Amino acid sequence: MASAAKSRLNRISRSQRGTEESPWVRAVLIGIALLFSGLFLLLPLANVFAQAFSKGYAHYIKALVNPDTQSAIVLTLTVAIIAVPLNLVFGVVAAWLIAKFDFTGKALLLTLIDLPFSVSPVVSGLIYVVLFGLQGYLGEWLLDHDIKIIFAVPGIVLATVFVTFPFVARELIPLMQAQGSDQEEAALTLGASGWQTFWKVTMPSIKWGLIYGVILCNARAMGEFGAVSVVSGHITGMTDTLSLRVEKLYVEDVAAAFASASVLAVLALITLGLKTWLEHRQAADLARAQAVSLEAEDTDAPPRASTPSDSTAAAA
Amino acid sequence: MSIELRNVSKQFGQVRAVEGVTFTVKEGELVALLGPSGGGKTTVLRMIAGLETPTGGDLFIRGERMNDVSVQKRNIGFVFQGYALFKTMSVRENIAFGLKIKKWRTADIEARVDELLKLFGLDGLGARYPHQLSGGQRQRVAIARALAPKPSVLLLDEPFGAVDAKIRQELREWLVRLHHELNVTTIFVTHDQEEALEVSNRIVIFSRGKLEQIGTPRDVYEKPANEFVARFIGVLNVLELKVQNGQARLAELSFPTHGVPEGNTLRIGFRPYAVQISSQLGEYRYRATLKHIFFLGVLLRLELETPSGLTIRTRIIKEEFNRLGIAEGAEVSFQIREYRVLSREGDSLSAEVPVAQLVSLAEGI
Amino acid sequence: MAFKKPSPLPGFGLSLGYTVFYLSLIVLIPLGALFFRVVTHIGFEDFWKLATSTRAVASYKLTFGASFIAAVINAIFGTLLAWVLTRYTFPGRRLLDALVDFPFALPTAVAGLTLADLFSERGWLGQFLVPMGIKVAYTSLGVIVALTFIGMPFIVRTLQPVLENLEREVEEAAATLGAGRLRTFWSVVLPTLMPALLTGFALSFARAIGEYGSVVFIAGNKHSESEITPLLIFLRLEEYDYTGAMAIAVVMLLFSFVLLIGINLLERWASRFQN
Repeated sequence: MASAAKSRLNRISRSQRGTEESPWVRAVLIGIALLFSGLFLLLPLANVFAQAFSKGYAHYIKALVNPDTQSAIVLTLTVAIIAVPLNLVFGVVAAWLIAKFDFTGKALLLTLIDLPFSVSPVVSGLIYVVLFGLQGYLGEWLLDHDIKIIFAVPGIVLATVFVTFPFVARELIPLMQAQGSDQEEAALTLGASGWQTFWKVTMPSIKWGLIYGVILCNARAMGEFGAVSVVSGHITGMTDTLSLRVEKLYVEDVAAAFASASVLAVLALITLGLKTWLEHRQAADLARAQAVSLEAEDTDAPPRASTPSDSTAAAA
Repeated sequence: MSIELRNVSKQFGQVRAVEGVTFTVKEGELVALLGPSGGGKTTVLRMIAGLETPTGGDLFIRGERMNDVSVQKRNIGFVFQGYALFKTMSVRENIAFGLKIKKWRTADIEARVDELLKLFGLDGLGARYPHQLSGGQRQRVAIARALAPKPSVLLLDEPFGAVDAKIRQELREWLVRLHHELNVTTIFVTHDQEEALEVSNRIVIFSRGKLEQIGTPRDVYEKPANEFVARFIGVLNVLELKVQNGQARLAELSFPTHGVPEGNTLRIGFRPYAVQISSQLGEYRYRATLKHIFFLGVLLRLELETPSGLTIRTRIIKEEFNRLGIAEGAEVSFQIREYRVLSREGDSLSAEVPVAQLVSLAEGI
Repeated sequence: MAFKKPSPLPGFGLSLGYTVFYLSLIVLIPLGALFFRVVTHIGFEDFWKLATSTRAVASYKLTFGASFIAAVINAIFGTLLAWVLTRYTFPGRRLLDALVDFPFALPTAVAGLTLADLFSERGWLGQFLVPMGIKVAYTSLGVIVALTFIGMPFIVRTLQPVLENLEREVEEAAATLGAGRLRTFWSVVLPTLMPALLTGFALSFARAIGEYGSVVFIAGNKHSESEITPLLIFLRLEEYDYTGAMAIAVVMLLFSFVLLIGINLLERWASRFQN
């Protein structure tokens, strides 16, 4: 009772400081934030599962074990398994190049790496149609050699690689820039080779950032819709990814569409969970690193405060 | 009476940052709040400003109780350690900010800003942004901004902490002159005892949230209230002696027991300047080797080692050292001219006990 | 001036070679092919006609208009969300913080599907809104809703680090000079946030303009009414009208580049108060 009154008093006196909002302003702002995110974030999420199960559990399972849906799941996984490692390798190489070296044209290169982010997914698909489609530059040659890219899996992979191109690089570049080259240079002076330095020094210090980038890259790869839609040809059971399957089912069987969508929503939730966990890990690592540097600062006492210490005569 | 604190306390959760602090600052005074970091001095300053609310006690500014008055209405000027200039505003806009809030007329604002720019040697810099200024200039802008609305009190948190040693000296002298000119009640926080002694009219010393002593620089230096103050001001070496056979001993050194019973410990403190040294081995009571000499400018710090390995640190002015004509490795004789008996609790101090006839306090100040 | 500053670290040649090779293969050559195709196969007059057809212009208006409105909504609520998340503690704060990225993580098709359903006549929100005469699903209002959803994380995530790094002392300084909270926010905090806010706005706007997946479900895609530009490109392709699709795609690409440059300049401008 007394402590409750005291904490209330504390709150009031804190707001009187004039450097913080009054409790009711706070409450209103938090209320609006919760309402907005409840309507815009929570409700759409809840609706996915509600609609997926709207025709019962059996219908849900039936929708998921449908062979066409199964093949869509397999295709989605296949595309991600190919696209993510490709962009992972590129991300690491590009980050090494940009973070560790200074050269002319670096800013331009950085902008170009970011370019796919600002291209509409539909246009991302279109550019591969222009290259590999029947009326495209390589269309006839591909037809003659019986190689299918557009309206086939390779086209879907290419379009996915394009839209997820910058994800890993974007995470790693600022991280590696912040870390600098001191550790690598130290390893080299100790006689490590370039590869040894990379694997034993660089990789361990970027691993969380790397995993972070891979998670984001994977989420987009599995969920991409626009670009894939342009190059896939929508052949049921063949070139439909899970996202495309959702669109097709939406017209035929809404509950089944939501069942497929719920798989993707679960993927999104897993992504969010992993992402949050990684961020806390990184924050903890950072806090530890800062604690170490603070300790170092403490021993390096301020210039004048050291005077009192020389007033203690110590027995040697 | 400009500012008065009556039994003021501040608690952050379980941590008692300030405990029952009482002191007053007179109109026009320049007062230093001195103490080691975590001593509570910044919290006291922030409570005076209204940036923190006391959890106990009363705070008065010009006789008015201020506990529940918001920071906006206290009419104080506050200079932050990191200056906290508004990055997106020019120097002019920074200084004019408080005046605009107080709804001064535009012409008056212009005149006041011009006046301050001139007073602070910032002519021609009005259009610059904070990132285009040097550290010293930023600090002057911060002080000018705080003074612009003519506050009744100027509060400064570690005003010389963020500038390098060279400018620091200049700034101290400048602050003293500024205070002399404007005569505004000024309180500043520092952890630097030399700065406090040099700049202020009075010093309030804190340790672990408690007020240890308040007094003029000379008071604090010559009559430290307790061991903490004496050590913090840098005027006390401490020896712990064992009482045996009617003598208090540590290695070769022996002192009277001062009533401490056999087998117990007697603690004594002496000023670093209280050690007398002679190149004549027979002149003083103890013998030692001069191990190290550290040049500190006008002063030198010497490290003596007695035959049994006890290290004694002392300070000496350059002329005195030259007169002695000794070098590292020299054999010398020494004695401790005067000392104080410290209580076992390490709190109160006895009067200074002269060992020899020579009692000269002024030396070394 | 040398092309590269000397560095003791190995791998410059290899990493530069691979980066440029992969970038060219995946991004530069395909994009270049589109431009080359448009330049060589469509004359300027035809290009202009295709790019400015009534239907195309209607789609630009809707796309840019809806994207702009969505970005404005996000700027307001995003700032509020970022402020609440960095400044206050309340139950569910960490959950809300994690949830902000939900639109990033959720595949756009799923977003479109569930939003369309929510606002449909029998949906959780639509059953109240439709009788009141507010039609969201299958109208341009739906486009705005979808674009607001997908653009929200951009503003929050660009503002959050800036808000976290704001020195509290600066706000306290304003208070000691007599400024109340609202005044402090308006004349001290907001100007400091402005560059990040504009960057977040531009990012959210750029993302919205290109967005396809979430919009096609909710927009209803009526000719010249709720038909966004990416959808128009898609439909042209479906009709095997490659030239039409390419012409509009080039318009979109050019606009994307302008935005990209704009964002880069913004970021440079944003750092001008740092030393």
